[in-house]
Amino acid sequence: MAKRLDIKDLNLFYGKFHAVENVSLAVPPKNVTAFIGPSGCGKSTVLRSLNRMHEVAPGARVEGKVLLDGEDIYTSTVDPVEVRRTIGMVFQRPNPFPTMSIRDNVVAGLRLSGVKDKKKLDEVAERSLRGANLWNEVKDRLDKPGGGLSGGQQQRLCIARAIAVQPDVLLMDEPCSALDPISTLAIEDLITELKKEYTIVIVTHNMQQAARVSDQTAFFNLLGVGQPGQLIEVDDTEKIFSNPSQKATEDYISGRFG
Amino acid sequence: MNDPVVAKRPARPGDTGAERGVAAAPHASEAPIPPTPEAPVTTKAPHVRPGDRIFRGLATGSGVFIVVLIGAIGLFLILQAIPSLGLDNVNFLTSREWNTTDPTNLRFGILDLTLVTVVVALVALLIAMPIALGIALFLTQYAPRNLARPFAYVIDLLAAVPSIVFGLWGLFVLGPVLFPLSEWLIGNLGWIPIFAKGNVNVQLGGTIFTAGIVVAVMILPIITAVSREVFERTPTMHVEGAIALGATKWEVVRTTVLPFGKAGYVSASMLGLGRALGETIAVAIILSTATASFGWSLFDGGSTFASKIALAAPEFNDARSAGAYIAAGLVLFVLTFVVNAIARSIVAGHKEYE
Repeated sequence: MAKRLDIKDLNLFYGKFHAVENVSLAVPPKNVTAFIGPSGCGKSTVLRSLNRMHEVAPGARVEGKVLLDGEDIYTSTVDPVEVRRTIGMVFQRPNPFPTMSIRDNVVAGLRLSGVKDKKKLDEVAERSLRGANLWNEVKDRLDKPGGGLSGGQQQRLCIARAIAVQPDVLLMDEPCSALDPISTLAIEDLITELKKEYTIVIVTHNMQQAARVSDQTAFFNLLGVGQPGQLIEVDDTEKIFSNPSQKATEDYISGRFG
Repeated sequence: MNDPVVAKRPARPGDTGAERGVAAAPHASEAPIPPTPEAPVTTKAPHVRPGDRIFRGLATGSGVFIVVLIGAIGLFLILQAIPSLGLDNVNFLTSREWNTTDPTNLRFGILDLTLVTVVVALVALLIAMPIALGIALFLTQYAPRNLARPFAYVIDLLAAVPSIVFGLWGLFVLGPVLFPLSEWLIGNLGWIPIFAKGNVNVQLGGTIFTAGIVVAVMILPIITAVSREVFERTPTMHVEGAIALGATKWEVVRTTVLPFGKAGYVSASMLGLGRALGETIAVAIILSTATASFGWSLFDGGSTFASKIALAAPEFNDARSAGAYIAAGLVLFVLTFVVNAIARSIVAGHKEYE
């Protein structure tokens, strides 16, 4: 069930370092939101704070609110493990569990939440692999290790793993940066499919990609070295790429950055 | 101007493409000169720099040296053992008798030595493996960072305690402490062969049980240290993948750290087993001399290969008696070798996590 995310006055820290300052933005359901911006501007950090992965790093700290359909995922009564089960994540480098078969990789999340029924797991595995456009390529070798697939297939396997638990939101941290153009295209097509059912937030360094797949784009920037990253503007993707309201955004998307 | 630069290139394969392109540009702009000046360079034998040659020699030398050394040790043991084996009046492999005081009537068999050695080492391993696993997981996954480091040092310090100290501790401290437990086990579980009344006075504590526990403490640091290093190297991307799926701490350990570290943990344990098999002085101090042969009880005494050899120094002045002990040493050497080979094959069977 796709849900909306509202980020309110989010400040993120690594120890004493103030990494991201005062981010507020809304992510509508069944919609793709792209985060763009130069390296080190904090877009991945913001993404990781949306499923409470930020605090996994030693010394990392979060201030502000992230509301999932109105409920703050950072209130003290919320278990971060539960948050991560409802907000899925796909990483920059494909990371299927190497000791697990393709099928076991897909249903790993379900197993963690206690589903044991083999028939149900098989069903979910097939549905998720179909959902990730991978079923036809792997249906004859579901028992083979996931590490044996190509990079693009591994990334789609990771997407299948993330959607197997039917998350409310799907976060993608530069999911195509380690892939060749053909695999990238496959993932982009998949994102377009997935947004019919899921709320998606994607971090990308590739502005064409942001323009192709997203409905709304948020531009993050860094005022200087050692300064916290900031959200410069967020708007419909079409508007950001044709007529941004901030000069910094225009400079960045037109390649006149710095 | 260009030629000396180009001539050096082949030795630096990584740079050739980019730099040669730059170097070639002036040629092209001046006139279409055919690439004849460069031709001899490519046909010449590849230039090897002296540093490379020296380092390669040293590395190869070290590799060859260790193989030759092990071969020489094996050869030495075999050559010294063969004459005495010929003089043995009982079967070397199946006899439990060991009497080498009269060099003209040598009677020595290794069955009891083998069994006691293996049982002491296995008891030690069974105790040390789970504890070491727990410590390594605690240090890498659960302990706060500022505690993990000093704690690891303490564990490593355990490896620095001389084995004679462990021996004395086992004999004077642990043995008496274990007596009530041993007595209870014999009294209540004595019908199980391993807890049966043994061939030594259990009150003195000189049993395989005591020796096994002491050796377990001695091999704990090596298993812990190696396992910790392996667990620490679990790829972050897999750990994060598990966390992002909603795995709890233990589930992260189970789905990523343990599968990743399994091979390392097994080989660490085999390293520990190798040390346990060869542990000499602590075992020699602890184990009481047995009056009867080994009967599969933890409360038996006896000798391991190493302790037997260590305590036999006075007999070494006769080459025939010494040869008997060298034969025993040879068996220990082979045993350790086999253990290591098994460890290797286990590790090789778990190559998928790479």
